[in-house]
Amino acid sequence: MIREQPIPTIDWLTLAPMTTVVVAGLVALFIEMFRPKQSNGPIVTVSVVGLALAGALTLAQFGMEPGPTFAGMMVRDQVGLVLQLLLIGVCLLTFLFSDPYLREKKIAFAEFYQLALWSTAGGMIMVSTTNMLMLFLGLEVLSIALYCMAGMDRKQAKSQESAIKYFLLGAFASAFLLMGIAYIYGPTGSLDLGGIAMIAAMPESGYLTMAVFGVGMLLVGLMFKAALVPFHQWAPDVYQGAPTNVTAFMAAASKVAAIGALARVLSASGALQEFWLPALFWVAIATMVVGNFAALVQKDVKRTLGYSSIANAGYVLVALLAHVKKPDQVPLTTALFFLVVYCLMTVGSFAVVSLAAKGGEEGTRFQDLHGLWKRAPFAVGCLIVFVASLIGIPPTAGFFAKLFIFQDALSTGLVPLAIVLAVTSAVSVYYYLGIIQATFVSDEGARKTVSANPSFGLNLVCLFCALAVLVVSLAAAPVSQWLRGSTQLPGEAQARSELQLDSGGRVGAR
Amino acid sequence: MTANQVVFLVLAAIAGLAAVGVVAFGNNPVRAALLLVLNFFVLGFIYFTLGAQLLGISQIMVYAGAIMVLFLFVIMMLQLHQRSPIVEGREGRGVLAWLFGLALAVVVFASVIVPLMSVSGSPIGDEYGTPQSVGRVLFTTYVLPFEIASVLLLIGIVGSILLAKRRL
Repeated sequence: MIREQPIPTIDWLTLAPMTTVVVAGLVALFIEMFRPKQSNGPIVTVSVVGLALAGALTLAQFGMEPGPTFAGMMVRDQVGLVLQLLLIGVCLLTFLFSDPYLREKKIAFAEFYQLALWSTAGGMIMVSTTNMLMLFLGLEVLSIALYCMAGMDRKQAKSQESAIKYFLLGAFASAFLLMGIAYIYGPTGSLDLGGIAMIAAMPESGYLTMAVFGVGMLLVGLMFKAALVPFHQWAPDVYQGAPTNVTAFMAAASKVAAIGALARVLSASGALQEFWLPALFWVAIATMVVGNFAALVQKDVKRTLGYSSIANAGYVLVALLAHVKKPDQVPLTTALFFLVVYCLMTVGSFAVVSLAAKGGEEGTRFQDLHGLWKRAPFAVGCLIVFVASLIGIPPTAGFFAKLFIFQDALSTGLVPLAIVLAVTSAVSVYYYLGIIQATFVSDEGARKTVSANPSFGLNLVCLFCALAVLVVSLAAAPVSQWLRGSTQLPGEAQARSELQLDSGGRVGAR
Repeated sequence: MTANQVVFLVLAAIAGLAAVGVVAFGNNPVRAALLLVLNFFVLGFIYFTLGAQLLGISQIMVYAGAIMVLFLFVIMMLQLHQRSPIVEGREGRGVLAWLFGLALAVVVFASVIVPLMSVSGSPIGDEYGTPQSVGRVLFTTYVLPFEIASVLLLIGIVGSILLAKRRL
């Protein structure tokens, strides 16, 4: 009758960081339940402690035996651990400057912290699983929490618009992702990404077109999340409308999670690259060009940074393509290094921009930043470091991050991508400098601009990000050495060996 | 043509027409929602014919029953039929939408229907899709995704309170 299902072996340590983050969110929810409508101090404390614990648990796993656990639902490998740590860091940095900002905006709802924690957990699932069901669930956990947070400023029409746009387009993208999963599950009977390679290994089975279509749909879903052209239209509107701390979290965390998942899908479908590599080649070019050129005409700082994040997604895609094209020669290290640097710059810049909120008002146009230099010299000083790094001026980390990608692209024969990268980076100087210039313009004209006093947490975030951007660049070689060892995604090889063929020529994992 | 195929074609025709109707009656939300109920209901029967009993039951109970009733309540209470809350922008996108939609349909047909034409018989065992076997898999191999789904529901609850509660 019914077969006994074996209980899968569980390596609790692999699950521990994600679980810790979820539980921290639950504890924060209970605190809010027992003492509603009071200061968010204890909630922030609990969240930060939970995140620190999760970070420690992640760090403890470096160097441990990589491998899947829970029947392949989660994987421990270097790539996953680095990205999990990065997501935890992003959430922690966002929390440090969130509370004063939310109070200035008069939307100090404690629910922000719980949603952000769970969202982080969703991202952590996405970057360390090879199972498509977990990938989808992780994506939804990440996204649905983000939709809610984007609409958190309920009195502002812009915030509402941001939430509804993000939700509708996000749901559309999720449908594509699901359809892709179904198309790969159909012929293989397996939800593991390893199934793609199995189909590719036997083209005579007749399922190749299905696999190609499925991978295409998966890529569309993930490219939407990573805001790659032509799936980027939502990004500027959503970034502009959402509260600035949410934007900081969204820009960093959802990009890291999407790129992490994209790296796994691309590596798993490396055998089919003759089909998707030309397409992604043009996507990368379009993303770098559109992101940088559209940013030139923006009049809003958050929109400009939104387009800049699109452009950055294009750069990191170049690194991914170089890796997938020659996995033995080019490690994934470059992409990881870029993502780390990108998160530091992005969270730091949005933290400084969040100073524009005061007394329930917030202006984020360039002229609203006028005079910020006088009122918050330290924050603006840090902003200069972030912008220098975003442009890629040596000796900031952004320079090395782009240089490594450039080298990778050249060494794998993706010369046009390297050229576009260099040219569009030069174009980006104009709008990045515009941000800095705005903070130095005197505000003694007709309009008086206001800004909040930088809080201790915000200064801490700025200091940490700026120092990290400088230190990481001084130590670029050892850091990338540390990230190395992540050349391969070991989960796939393992999962692939579990699959076998059954008599009908059907690929199955049963 | 076997009896199975006849049953499938009848069900598929109803489901397909109902799905087209959902879009075609777009300006009357109540009618569209009722057609969606019909579509979900018939889909449940298709699942039964494929041997996926539990999926069929939950399709009818959860989707056709609970979720669509909720949809109908929301539509009737909000009186959405008065005017569309989303203003459509530039004209000419309709043509593009048709083109892309048709292209997608062709790709789907070519990549799925054509390879599946040659498939005959089912490699699935007798116990596949019964409540017992789904339950066993759900609480062993798939217990982690199951728990993650519960986090997702929690996010839905907390998020809807954050967005909609009158006074936070």
